[in-house]
Amino acid sequence: MTLQTFTLGTFAQQGVAAVSYESIATVSVGAGGTSTVTFSSIPATYAHLQLRVIARSNNAGNIIYGAASKANNDSGSNYTYHFLYGNGSSAQAIAATSQTSLNIVTQVGNGFTSNVFAANVIDILDYANTNKYKTFRILSGADGNGSGQIQFNSALWMSTSAINSISFTGGDTFLQYSHFALYGIKVA
Amino acid sequence: MPATYEPIATTTLTSSQSTVDFTGISQSYTDLFLICSMLADNTTGRYAQIRVGNGSIDTGSNYSRTEMNGDGTGAGSSRDPNMSFIYTNPQISDWVSTTNPFILTANFQNYSNTTTFKTVLGRYNNSGTRLGAYVGLWRSTSAINQIRVFTSAQSFASGSTFTLYGIKAA
Repeated sequence: MTLQTFTLGTFAQQGVAAVSYESIATVSVGAGGTSTVTFSSIPATYAHLQLRVIARSNNAGNIIYGAASKANNDSGSNYTYHFLYGNGSSAQAIAATSQTSLNIVTQVGNGFTSNVFAANVIDILDYANTNKYKTFRILSGADGNGSGQIQFNSALWMSTSAINSISFTGGDTFLQYSHFALYGIKVA
Repeated sequence: MPATYEPIATTTLTSSQSTVDFTGISQSYTDLFLICSMLADNTTGRYAQIRVGNGSIDTGSNYSRTEMNGDGTGAGSSRDPNMSFIYTNPQISDWVSTTNPFILTANFQNYSNTTTFKTVLGRYNNSGTRLGAYVGLWRSTSAINQIRVFTSAQSFASGSTFTLYGIKAA
């Protein structure tokens, strides 16, 4: 079976509309860890954002849990979220309104299976639109070979302000090799 | 600006086969993203399965996964530890159509890290039967430079497509 290998630029050469997916900023947590990750001065020049995260914290628990997140450092009760998750036994749903932080990044505690980091793909649609509240769509989870959880999240920041910063503070420390990458998606 | 999200390789089958391999995957990206649109070659049920490796495909019992799904009448979740592959759809009858594509996606984040185990995060759906999401684990700190998509039985039909993308962070 022969794989066809694309030459860089093939899509553009075929006349496909240019869709730019660009790396904005990256945080790779080093030795010693960090308690806060912040993306600031996010330009308003993209249509959408995507965050791709793997995370593990120094919490001693064998747990999968969320890291508190804020948009534009808003600490008001302006966030809501819904979860649909599977824990290996059943599918469950939870929701919360009037929260003071987002719950968009999932991490595992340091008591979870060794060497495992939770994975997250977070889409932030129309983040710079000043006529809409901001919706976050998340696929995330972790499997620990006999434990774990997979989840769909939807979160809302009830503000029409363009998002120019996103911060993550777990309350605990993100461990080395946790990785946060922010991308911008621009349609010509 | 250098490409951040670029196609690495793709194939569209011109005859039935049960295995598709991506080999020699560059280690220059941050994440990999795999998208498959697969047709069954007959109406016998099958699972869509993933293996990975470094230098060779790992066929040992070094995989596991947790998934959740909905079939139109209810939602559920299952888990399988100590497997020799990551399998996605929970029921073999989920994929029996020769006309409705079985769509499978897989994110391999930080696939080249040589300290962490490798988490595979993705979705699957086959209209008419079931949709779901899964998180799989390859218990190895080796970097991934090979990916295999294969069926538990039967084959992928001609016309099935498999595309691998690389995503590079700044």
